[in-house]
Amino acid sequence: MSDTIRITIDQTTVQAAAGSTILQAAREAGISIPTICYHDHCTANGLCRICVVEVEGARTLQPACVVQIRDGMVIHTRSERVIRSRRTIFELLASTVDLSESPEIQAMIHEYHADVYRYPDAETRLPAVIDDNPMYIRDYAKCILCWRCVQVCAEDAQYTYAINFSGRGYETQISTFYEIPMPESTCVFCGQCVGVCPTGALKPKRQWLLEMGYTPDEIMNLTRSQRQRRKRREEISANPS
Amino acid sequence: MSELDLSPLLHRLESYHSQGRTALLPALHDAQQLYGYIPKPAAEAIAQALNVPLAEVFGVIEFYSLFYSQPVGKTVIHICNDPACALAGSETLFKQIRFHQEASPADSPQSALTIEMAPCLGLCEHAPAALVQGQPIARADRQTWQDLVSGKGERPSSVLGGTVSILTANCGLGHTVELSEYLDLGGYQALRKALRTPPRQIIEEIKAAGLVGRGGAAFPTGLKWEAAADAPSEVKYVVCNADEAEPGTFKDRVLMEDDPHSILEGMLIAGYAIGAQKGYIYIRGEYWFPYQAMKNAVEEAREAGFLGSNILDTEFNFEIEIRRGAGAYICGEETALFESIEGKRGFPRLKPPFPTTQGLFGKPTVINNVETLANVPVIIRKGASHYRKLGTEKSPGSKLFCLSGDVVRPGLYEVPFGIPFHHLLFDLAGGVRPGHHFQAALFGGAAGAFATTDHLNVRLTFEDLKEAGLPLGSGVITVFDETRDLRDICLRLARFFAEESCGKCYPCQMGTQRQFEIMERIVRGEIHKEDWERLQDVGWTMTDSSLCGLGQTAASAILSAMKHFPHLFQTV
Ligand SMILES: Cc1cc2nc3c(=O)[nH]c(=O)nc-3n(C[C@H](O)[C@H](O)[C@H](O)COP(=O)(O)O)c2cc1C
Ligand code: SF4
Ligand code: SF4
Ligand code: FES
Ligand code: FES
Repeated sequence: MSDTIRITIDQTTVQAAAGSTILQAAREAGISIPTICYHDHCTANGLCRICVVEVEGARTLQPACVVQIRDGMVIHTRSERVIRSRRTIFELLASTVDLSESPEIQAMIHEYHADVYRYPDAETRLPAVIDDNPMYIRDYAKCILCWRCVQVCAEDAQYTYAINFSGRGYETQISTFYEIPMPESTCVFCGQCVGVCPTGALKPKRQWLLEMGYTPDEIMNLTRSQRQRRKRREEISANPS
Repeated sequence: MSELDLSPLLHRLESYHSQGRTALLPALHDAQQLYGYIPKPAAEAIAQALNVPLAEVFGVIEFYSLFYSQPVGKTVIHICNDPACALAGSETLFKQIRFHQEASPADSPQSALTIEMAPCLGLCEHAPAALVQGQPIARADRQTWQDLVSGKGERPSSVLGGTVSILTANCGLGHTVELSEYLDLGGYQALRKALRTPPRQIIEEIKAAGLVGRGGAAFPTGLKWEAAADAPSEVKYVVCNADEAEPGTFKDRVLMEDDPHSILEGMLIAGYAIGAQKGYIYIRGEYWFPYQAMKNAVEEAREAGFLGSNILDTEFNFEIEIRRGAGAYICGEETALFESIEGKRGFPRLKPPFPTTQGLFGKPTVINNVETLANVPVIIRKGASHYRKLGTEKSPGSKLFCLSGDVVRPGLYEVPFGIPFHHLLFDLAGGVRPGHHFQAALFGGAAGAFATTDHLNVRLTFEDLKEAGLPLGSGVITVFDETRDLRDICLRLARFFAEESCGKCYPCQMGTQRQFEIMERIVRGEIHKEDWERLQDVGWTMTDSSLCGLGQTAASAILSAMKHFPHLFQTV
């Protein structure tokens, strides 16, 4: 069994482990490819397409995070086509979503000279903050639809299935069943979704309130009644009679 | 909310219980039919019966535009808003209905209407077209509005033309060809012959015939079958793609309504050739009559022993199930279609793996377009060399073209591959509407490109069109005379893609929206000099980097309009 194969990345021929993705092979070779949706612990779905590279012989650009290398593959990670796509995707994202708490994406936007004001007609997504439970808030104006929260809530970790999508296309939003409040859903408040959210769209309630200028004492008072409601609900489901 | 009687739904759910999640769309259709929309308790009952998480049931309801999670009017009217119908005045029709509705007293039946603009309904030769409670209405502008809202009106018939009738031999008779008539016309002879032939030889015959897929991607059918036949698996599937939602396309509708058994026969032969035991037909939710015709045909075939076990006294067993879509163009994309049959949101999958190795339910699957399958009995009955007598070396056989727009006789034309475009347009379809002349034609639908007067001599084959930079696609040709503003057409196409993007990948999810916004402003007459570069960047990024064919072609028509008619997009 031959474990390594030869590929050419940006004019350099390298050996790489068979079965690895272009992204992994490039990293091994010290070439960095930007990523947004990719996460080591989540199923890769090839959503953001920021990682696209040009593979000779392929009609379209290829997402490096999911495409596996083949022997003799010739890859260009910074061709004109690649740069145009990446810059445009950054500009699309910046005109759609509030990226103010996504420093990593902002740094990449800067690196690619993307113009965040490129699309003056853009209808940005501005849903109101959802504050329906004592543990975390959901500010989907900051959501980049990376799907991580949906995936960790389902098969990637928790098997709780509290959230999925509403709408489709540009109107897509992460949502509970018929948009019910989180405490009425199957959510167990494990906090995994908050942990993987890269943009501050999901945020611990305490942090959110602190950012809004509340003192820790005020926060205790604000969230007490919600915590009590939740506790009652849990007691009821433990003794349904 | 008043008490909802769940018992009729629960009764229907009993029969779905053993199927699990794959019965989700059928169950949601049932709920919607019973209650007019899908009330939350109904969704909960469905989730429980099929063992699907609640949030995912909601996700599915929200994905499909024909499913409503909130109450809607007693009567739902869809008016087509895509190019062919727009040319025929659909926008005025829409406004008139709205006006009448708003002028009606609050307690009148008219106030209980929900009126929506819809994407192409596959009735383009009968423009402007409408659906009233799912029932198609041809030439909706000729109905009084009272008739229209009560669902009275002309039922669309088939309008056929062309120089040969091979695929359409049994079409246009004014009725659906049922089993007995189909048999009299030589039907199921090809199946008889196939079942006496080794499966590999069938595949060789299809390869020798040079049959190429008619669903848009132009993939060689024989190679596809061979790959699925070679894939090691006990369980395999044949899927008939009858989602037909490419704006301007209506050929599969006519084939299904007029000659459903020819499609079943094609599926049966495909199933035998690749070693499948089961087939699915996925029909778009807007196609009520085609669904009924296919459903009856499946029942007839089952009763007569053409479906089931030991078909025609052989070892071959095959069953067919029909699934209805629910308003999502993306579900015509093969992997999104599988997801939909599996009871999920219609998100396309990453490829590889390809359907021939991991398709429906993860099993090797052949998915073919309706028209592709209709070619199969023709090839098997008379042999590949006979089939090749028509057409060209690289494009053998005949092709169905859907002509609509500013043409004297819109309709479905069957012609041999290789005739020049002007012959089809002027000699067969009567040319451009009287008093006007040809400006452009959209080839291949929304995902297509514009042809200009320079293209009138192009021969209609895969190879000639490719060289001319025109997609044959599914055979759509929408014609525009010199009075039409192509920017308005581009705006409609941009809206179509913005509505139909599934939202999975970023370039298409946001690019289709930006493209639409820019086109909206351009059509208002406010062109910025930066728009050219904006449209080019968004367009090429979608083309280069989108996950599936929808995004990859979402800018195709606009980029071609910019190439052929640059002044339309520039400041004066
Ligand atoms: C967005 C999109 C929509 C499509 N819609 C259809 C359709 O309605 N009918 C169809 O047969 N193929 C459609 N296709 C093509 C299918 O993915 C697939 O290639 C086809 O069903 C294969 O059949 P064929 O080889 O017989 O052409 C669509 C593709 C894309 C990307
Ligand atoms: S809420 Fe956060 S984790 Fe979830 S999809 Fe949006 S950005 Fe990703
Ligand atoms: S290209 Fe469009 S339709 Fe296809 S996966 Fe991406 S968002 Fe969905
Ligand atoms: S990182 Fe590869 S598609 Fe998002
Ligand atoms: S039915 Fe209106 S454009 Fe096709």
